[in-house]
Amino acid sequence: MKGNEALAEAAIRAGCKCFFGYPITPQTELSAYMAKRMEKSGGVFLQAESEIAAINMVLGAASTGVRAMTSSSSPGVSLKAEGISYMAGSDLPAVIINVQRGGPGLGSIQPAQSDYYQATHAMGHGDFHILVYAPCSVQEMVDVVMLAFDKADQYRIPVMILADGLLGQMMEPVTFPEPRTELPDKSDWAACGHGGKREHHVINSLYLDAPLLEAKVQERFKRYAVIEETETDAELYCCGDAEIVVTAYGASARVAKSAVTAARRKGIQAGLFRPKTLWPFPKKELCEATKHAKQILDVEMSMGQMVDDVRLATECRLPVAFFGRTGGVIPTPEEVLAEIEKLAGGAE
Amino acid sequence: MKKITIITGHYGSGKTNLSVNLALKLADAGEKVTVVDFDIVNPYFRTADFRSLFEAHGITLAASMYANTSLDIPAISFDMERMAYEEGYLIVDVGGDDAGAIGLGRYAPAFADYMPDQLDMWYVVNRYRYLTEAPEEALTLMGEIETVSRMRHTGIVNNSNLGSETTAQTILDAVPYGETVSRQAHLPLVGTTYRKDLSVDLKDGIPVEVYVKPVWES
Repeated sequence: MKGNEALAEAAIRAGCKCFFGYPITPQTELSAYMAKRMEKSGGVFLQAESEIAAINMVLGAASTGVRAMTSSSSPGVSLKAEGISYMAGSDLPAVIINVQRGGPGLGSIQPAQSDYYQATHAMGHGDFHILVYAPCSVQEMVDVVMLAFDKADQYRIPVMILADGLLGQMMEPVTFPEPRTELPDKSDWAACGHGGKREHHVINSLYLDAPLLEAKVQERFKRYAVIEETETDAELYCCGDAEIVVTAYGASARVAKSAVTAARRKGIQAGLFRPKTLWPFPKKELCEATKHAKQILDVEMSMGQMVDDVRLATECRLPVAFFGRTGGVIPTPEEVLAEIEKLAGGAE
Repeated sequence: MKKITIITGHYGSGKTNLSVNLALKLADAGEKVTVVDFDIVNPYFRTADFRSLFEAHGITLAASMYANTSLDIPAISFDMERMAYEEGYLIVDVGGDDAGAIGLGRYAPAFADYMPDQLDMWYVVNRYRYLTEAPEEALTLMGEIETVSRMRHTGIVNNSNLGSETTAQTILDAVPYGETVSRQAHLPLVGTTYRKDLSVDLKDGIPVEVYVKPVWES
């Protein structure tokens, strides 16, 4: 199945009842799939007049307690930033998908990973975080959509799935889980009608009283601390004795894995560390993966963004080299292997 | 093969891979071949990605510049009507679904003037492709493509596969599916594709190489 369609089908199976979006390459098949299937599954599909309208529709739907989602690609996600901040400030769960393309500006329509900073460090104004997942296969995109809706509800936060054009467009076999029948009860906070039988619920992000807002934000950060403690996830490949650990996520991790396998065949002790959560960044897991490492090579489809988190997580104990292609250019396994060999040569 | 072969199907059903294989086979037999990349809805995994392979085999590629610009505006920058009357074979790799076949409708009158015995329009199906798993679903989409393209298919190609997980059994299990689609569509089954390295014994098998794949698959 195609990556974009798998994301959409998984959302429907996760109990998503409202999809609001605006078409943009390379995620359009996701919206197209929703247009065809959402109504048949008893939900609502609406093509909004803009990305800004779409994210605010998600805000409205999420306020009533239903599972809601929007998707876009890089320039469209920038437009959604305000709404995502409002949702974080209103403690609203929702899933936002970014099938990244090259930037800045309109950029290109080919795959990129240059929205890492945006997703993990600055997805809008104000003191807040969102959970960010980084799948690397069509199957993992399915699994992570199911998980994203659950975690959004559990912590009452927006959750982002940071994919890229290559993952969205590629075909791979997938197995779908059974559709969710029981969803979390949100009746203690959702604005879903009180029938005159209780106090009304307020969904709001405006607090004119500064100490009150401070208390709200501090409470939210206690939740973030729990997320940082419990929700990190990463894949370690051949890291046990690795002297050179390659760090990469998403599609570039697939490229890096091929390069690591090729390096092993040449007798180089290389390994791959692939974060599955980008925020929170899996620090413990990276320290475990680099126990025997002498060097790290970070590979991205950007000019180097995650590389900063890699340096922070390892507290600059290890030299971190970087190799990236950007603007929609995909690095090849051969290029990455050459970088690994360069480091291996230098270490001897 | 007839002079003109138009290839349609679901997104990711394997249209491009089939087009590349057909073109190479003809070119290697010494025929003059032009491949038209008529996918104007999706900039990924297109026949235009095989420009250098085509050049090495003397195949002419007609493709719009869509994938190389930053504008999300599809455009056709070549003259397909003229190409249809030029010497040699013409393979038209159409975009996925009915959305991808809309542009074809603009050429329907020109192709209608063409000798029917020299034009084929094949519908590519994959039994393992979500949303076309049931023959009825595949037929619905086929009808939608015919509506927007204002043209009729002349054959079915069974391209059932599970990507890199495909085995000989995967292919054999999908043979009845191809036959059912063909029967219900009242169209002949052109053949069933299988990867060359799999030993599959089929009476109308079409051996293919896999050219369309991500960079990390060698």
